[in-house]
Amino acid sequence: MGLVVLVVIWLITFISTYFFIAKTWWLPTAASSAAAGIDHHFATTFLLMGIVFVAAQVLLGFFAWKYRERPGAPPARYVHGNNMMEIVWTVLTAILFIGLNLMSSSIWASERFRAAEPGATQVEVTGMQFAWYFRYPGPDGKFGATKPELIDPSAGGESAIGLDTSDPASKDDVVSGTMYVPVNREVELILRAHDVIHSFFIPNMRFKQDAVPGLAIHMHFTPIATGDFEVTCAELCGLGHYKMHGMLKVVSQEEFDKWLAAREAEKQ
Amino acid sequence: MAGGAGGGKTIMATREFAAHEAHAHAAPQGFIRKWVFSLDHKVIGLQYYFLALTAVLVGMFLSLLMRIHLIWPNITLPLLGDIKPETYLTLVTMHGTIMVFFVLTTAPQGGFGNYFLPIQIGAADMAFPVLNMLSFWVTALAFVVMLGAFFVTGGAPLHGWTGYPPLSAVQSAGPGEGPGADLWIISIALFCIGALMSALNFITTTLDMRTKGMSMMRMPLTCWAWFITAILGLLAFGVLFSAGILLLLDRNAGTSFYVPLTVFSGQVVAHKGGSPLLWQHLFWFFGHPEVYIAILPAMGLCSQLVSVFSRKPIFGYKAMVYAMLSIGLLGFMVWGHHMFMSGMSPYSAFAFSIMTMAIGVPSAIKTFNWLGTLWGGRIRFASPMLFAIGFVSLFVSGGISGPFLAQPTLDIPLHDTAFVTGHFHLIMGVASIFGIFAATYYWFPKMFGRMMNESLARWHFWLTFVGTYCIFMPMHYAGMAGQPRRYSQFTELHYLEKLIPLNTFITFSAFVTIAAQLIFVFNLFWSMKAGKKASDNPWEATTLEWTTATPPPHDNFGGHPPIVYNGPYEYGVPGAPQDFVMQTDPRTVAAH
Repeated sequence: MGLVVLVVIWLITFISTYFFIAKTWWLPTAASSAAAGIDHHFATTFLLMGIVFVAAQVLLGFFAWKYRERPGAPPARYVHGNNMMEIVWTVLTAILFIGLNLMSSSIWASERFRAAEPGATQVEVTGMQFAWYFRYPGPDGKFGATKPELIDPSAGGESAIGLDTSDPASKDDVVSGTMYVPVNREVELILRAHDVIHSFFIPNMRFKQDAVPGLAIHMHFTPIATGDFEVTCAELCGLGHYKMHGMLKVVSQEEFDKWLAAREAEKQ
Repeated sequence: MAGGAGGGKTIMATREFAAHEAHAHAAPQGFIRKWVFSLDHKVIGLQYYFLALTAVLVGMFLSLLMRIHLIWPNITLPLLGDIKPETYLTLVTMHGTIMVFFVLTTAPQGGFGNYFLPIQIGAADMAFPVLNMLSFWVTALAFVVMLGAFFVTGGAPLHGWTGYPPLSAVQSAGPGEGPGADLWIISIALFCIGALMSALNFITTTLDMRTKGMSMMRMPLTCWAWFITAILGLLAFGVLFSAGILLLLDRNAGTSFYVPLTVFSGQVVAHKGGSPLLWQHLFWFFGHPEVYIAILPAMGLCSQLVSVFSRKPIFGYKAMVYAMLSIGLLGFMVWGHHMFMSGMSPYSAFAFSIMTMAIGVPSAIKTFNWLGTLWGGRIRFASPMLFAIGFVSLFVSGGISGPFLAQPTLDIPLHDTAFVTGHFHLIMGVASIFGIFAATYYWFPKMFGRMMNESLARWHFWLTFVGTYCIFMPMHYAGMAGQPRRYSQFTELHYLEKLIPLNTFITFSAFVTIAAQLIFVFNLFWSMKAGKKASDNPWEATTLEWTTATPPPHDNFGGHPPIVYNGPYEYGVPGAPQDFVMQTDPRTVAAH
């Protein structure tokens, strides 16, 4: 039985580890400036935790086999522990875990401790059951007022977020169901939700942040590759949660300007 | 520790004697007093156990439906019909709630804790038998109310076991958020009342009812685990209870604790100023310690079993006790790691992250000590030991993904993905369930006087061990690839389509694993009737439950409370006539 325990535990360990190392399923292609740091730290954590994982499982299987009861086996050792060993492995794991944590803290800080740079592309993201809407402030650089009583999701567009068209600042606001941003320029997001909590998740950008009713959460990221990237909702928001998705289109600055100008023109 | 300073000893002894007198209530005769409204901790333990068994069968059935829907979203099931996306979320909610509360919290503590804590410390019963009976019946009522949510207008809620408002607070947020959600909250509130009464009872019993010679540091690690779990329960369930009442008020009395002004389908909902994050703080202040409430008893038990079946003293008894105490303490300081993406201050994420990584240290100490116990032993692979070894393996596998999620930086891609589902199922779900299985196989002979069938137990072990890895390891891969949790279908997003084969594999693994549980259920009931007769101490273990008759008499020790001379893990003592020395053996083992 000891041998079976060893074989099964080792097989589980090696097969599981193989799929991680072969990267059969791995993080999606990275497309933001923060992604490299996150992915690198993911790989570091993966390596260190992988070593601990394999070592612990291999030892478990090995001990089960080596110390199985069998005729002629030596008597069990009568030991109650070893304080020195307890101290050593306590200190070692503490260094490993806390050290790992400190290594990644600068990435978190650069992501969340500072505000967006001046000149970032401003986009207000609004989540509602079950769609994302994106608003651009227009040439005046100001978002117009919205009013809860004006919200009409069935009408879509500006009405879906309750834009108050009587506010002068809202005249040039552009509301879109697809998110366009220029490449290599920071994007400042203002995340809102009307009804329940949603979570704005763009796997390729390594970006995730809940949108919470009653809060306007300011975040930022910088896309570094052009292309279409799927946007999902990562917080359970109701029966249509699985189909609450959108599209992020990262384009060149010229294309972005052209797109925005065309939308402005449509409004007039 | 037990005697305290000088004169404390006499007082202690008198109190123990008085306690025994007080609990020497005569064995009840009628069926109702004996089996239904029983005051006997052993019967109450069995009641909790069978409540949890019922709950786990329901919860497992719900998960089966979930896995079927994920792969064949358009299938029509006999009797049940179609599963709609909202039905899927109902299944998610009820599976999680039933498993966490009525299985993982109920069986290890309410079931085995109730049955064996008094016996292992040499008491005749729990400190408060009537309170004990009430705890069980309130918990049973809570379960009935929970199931009732399926049968009211709109059905059971779809807000997940975490019940985040506003989704859980506004009737128009979705189907099931009407009366079903009210029943869900009422059930949890009732459960909290039961858990609080039970926690008080466990703490008092451990502190006050230990027999002569049973100092705290001579208690089996199972007792330590139940004791620490009870302290966590006492501090956590009160918070959840209050949080639930506030949610009920938001839903039905027009208050705005959790709900700001919201607009559902163009309709303004009359709330203002509430904070959805408040619920998350209160919920996870309970919710994270709850993880340890579920797994500490399994840790205690596996420490016990690894020692018994390796025929060796536990490696580092004191380190094990301190590790459990620090897990309990740190467990209350880490709830924010569930909220890194919630909009909570990014600075506090920093603090929560450090505390969470720190909790990995005592967890690692426990793993080292389990390995240290196996090292140099003479391991007997009886079914309880197989499940204990399985527990250690699952604890390592589920624990190792913790440091990923504990770092906010890595939580950005992983939060609310299948990676989390895989992580907590391995460590909180399956590892704890392995504790329940190990406890069942280990204590069944004492509870029912018969042995369980060993061949069936082995089949059950191997299929479940390999099966659960096949279910939950691939979830980590899917999560890394960005598959969000609680999605009823993977058809709406292009990047999820390539994960469908992986999910199909998970579903088929779930079929096999769930089928394997029928072996267990069959073995359980068949062995009660037809199992081989068990001796008083079939595993040659040292703790007090093995010194008394099988099954134990009404007052546990037949009027002769045991006297304890030794620690709980004296195996392979050099010079002793057998390879184990009972805790009651007066030939005291030299202090070490």
